[in-house]
Amino acid sequence: MEMSLFDNLALGFQTAVSLQNLAYCFIGVFIGTLVGVLPGIGPLAAIAMLLPATFTLPPVGALIMLAGIYYGTQYGGSTTAILVNLPGESASVVTCMDGYQMAKNGRAGPALAIAAVGSFFAGTVCTMLIAVAGPPLAEIALKFGAPEYFSLMAMGLIASAVLASGSMLKAIAMIFLGLLFGIVGTDVNSGMSRFTFGASGLADGLSFVVVAMGLFGFGEILANLEKGQDAKGRDLLTKKIEHLYPTWQDIKVSAGSIVRGTSIGAFFGTLPGAGPTISAFSSYALEKKMAKNPEQFGKGAIQGVAGPESANNAAAQCAFIPTLTLGIPGSGTMALMLGALTIQGIAPGPQVMTQRPDLFWGLIASMWIGNALLVILNLPLIGLWVKLLSVPYRLLFPAITVFMAIGVYSVNNLDLDIYMTVFFGLMGYLFLKLKCEPAPLILAFVLGPLMEENLRRALLISRGDPTVFITRPISATFLALTVLLLVIMLAPSFRKKRDLAYQEPAAS
Amino acid sequence: MKITSQENFWSGVMFITFGLAAIFIAQDYPFGSSSRMGPGYFPTWLGIILTLLGIAISVTGFKVQGEGIGKFAWKAMAFLSTAFVLFGWAIDRIGFVPAMFIIIFLAAAGRDFRIKEVLVSSIVLVIGCWALFIKGLELPFPLFWWR
Repeated sequence: MEMSLFDNLALGFQTAVSLQNLAYCFIGVFIGTLVGVLPGIGPLAAIAMLLPATFTLPPVGALIMLAGIYYGTQYGGSTTAILVNLPGESASVVTCMDGYQMAKNGRAGPALAIAAVGSFFAGTVCTMLIAVAGPPLAEIALKFGAPEYFSLMAMGLIASAVLASGSMLKAIAMIFLGLLFGIVGTDVNSGMSRFTFGASGLADGLSFVVVAMGLFGFGEILANLEKGQDAKGRDLLTKKIEHLYPTWQDIKVSAGSIVRGTSIGAFFGTLPGAGPTISAFSSYALEKKMAKNPEQFGKGAIQGVAGPESANNAAAQCAFIPTLTLGIPGSGTMALMLGALTIQGIAPGPQVMTQRPDLFWGLIASMWIGNALLVILNLPLIGLWVKLLSVPYRLLFPAITVFMAIGVYSVNNLDLDIYMTVFFGLMGYLFLKLKCEPAPLILAFVLGPLMEENLRRALLISRGDPTVFITRPISATFLALTVLLLVIMLAPSFRKKRDLAYQEPAAS
Repeated sequence: MKITSQENFWSGVMFITFGLAAIFIAQDYPFGSSSRMGPGYFPTWLGIILTLLGIAISVTGFKVQGEGIGKFAWKAMAFLSTAFVLFGWAIDRIGFVPAMFIIIFLAAAGRDFRIKEVLVSSIVLVIGCWALFIKGLELPFPLFWWR
């Protein structure tokens, strides 16, 4: 039965506005913002930490809450960026630039408000985009065979390496390392245990929560302890935030930035492998170029907040497109979402939309509601968030450590998981020291078993002939795009631009 | 030959180590053929590519100028790791409450330890986590060693 967009959205809102699901959405957004405000816990670690709390919920509720946590952290990150010049997560590094300057000029209110408005606009557009583009994409995806899936994943992985900050060669090596970690455990075809070193706890493979929590939670705490985060950057704005509302002039100036930021974010978000951080950086670079007052950038230009904030939220939202329609996560965070689905007994992929329409459309509707809640929630609660920031890190990190440990342990009740988290935590710290970006690794870790399985199937059909990947048109297109990405990346002029995009806000 | 980028050189070494280990271990698994991939096929190829990439990356360690690796926070590493490991050992053997105290005290000892503060915050945390995880989410952890 063919359902129209309207019917779909109606079903979604019906699901999402049930009292229970609204409550999950609210809790998710609230906790997400809370965690986002705290420095040193990014969205990924936050979701990993709170994943066990959703095990007992029904699937729709669990997913709605996790999604709420996800964009809550994104938003919480920008709040601290503006108020105390501390990016709560990597995508809000850009927001610090002009947001904090605005706050210093006594315009914290308008900065926060425009960030909220921009994010809400981006969220609304992307919710619509998912609703419109989702079904046809899922339809196409149903026609994909093993070679297409393999090539698509290859493209996503290479994109994640190309768009990561730092050395691309290292990022690509991290992909292969991630693929290797991904295939630890029992091989589904032969039943053979691989790389388990005889540990029965590894038979089901390394747990995603363990790897994510180690790399992004544990490693991050070490990095913060090393830096001595209490000492610097914590110049709290004690001034009372007066005018909350932006002036008419502010809105006029930022409207274009919000629209451009949203488009950039939607593009990068949909592309598997790219994400909020690159979107925010690109948007900042573009706004600076477009502005009539480029010399104001870095001194409190409102476009420098409006554009990146919209881009970052749009990307966060649109990352759900490949995740939900193709069953291929575009980022580590999305991989966690898929993990949550699997734990709930739902096989992720294009069939989710037809088999569980309430879940799919309920989630989409709840995204919009979540965005609205963020606007309503954040502005009045700013005082509370600021107070939270005055808690010194030495009190905070033992608490974070405890939550991480309980979170990891509660997944399987296995002490081995805790020991493995330590291993990946130390690895994460080493990666940080060696300037190896962990984001491509975590994506590859998730895709590892999928890639092996699809490679095996593709080569089985073609009787071992590898040209199958370039003789099938869709697969060939994905591979051509992958090569193109690499070629563009190797071109010195683009390389310079990418490095600039990442450096610019840091330098000025 | 002088290493100009410590971070590139050593990350290359790290990738080579993992790559060679993967190739070596994967020799125990049947390789199969392209049309019928055995369990050793994929990891062997991953290991080979990883090793080659590692070599290329270490070579850049002699060419590009790096910022250096800097000091490791050994003390924090030791305390945090021990805290975690002991928590994992303790939670099922001597219970949730003692495991919580162990992890909080050891983690806090990683940097400017203030005994009174840690005592207060650990009691608050234990009660909070008990209410949230054991009462609220009904996670099946024993509270103490006697149950």
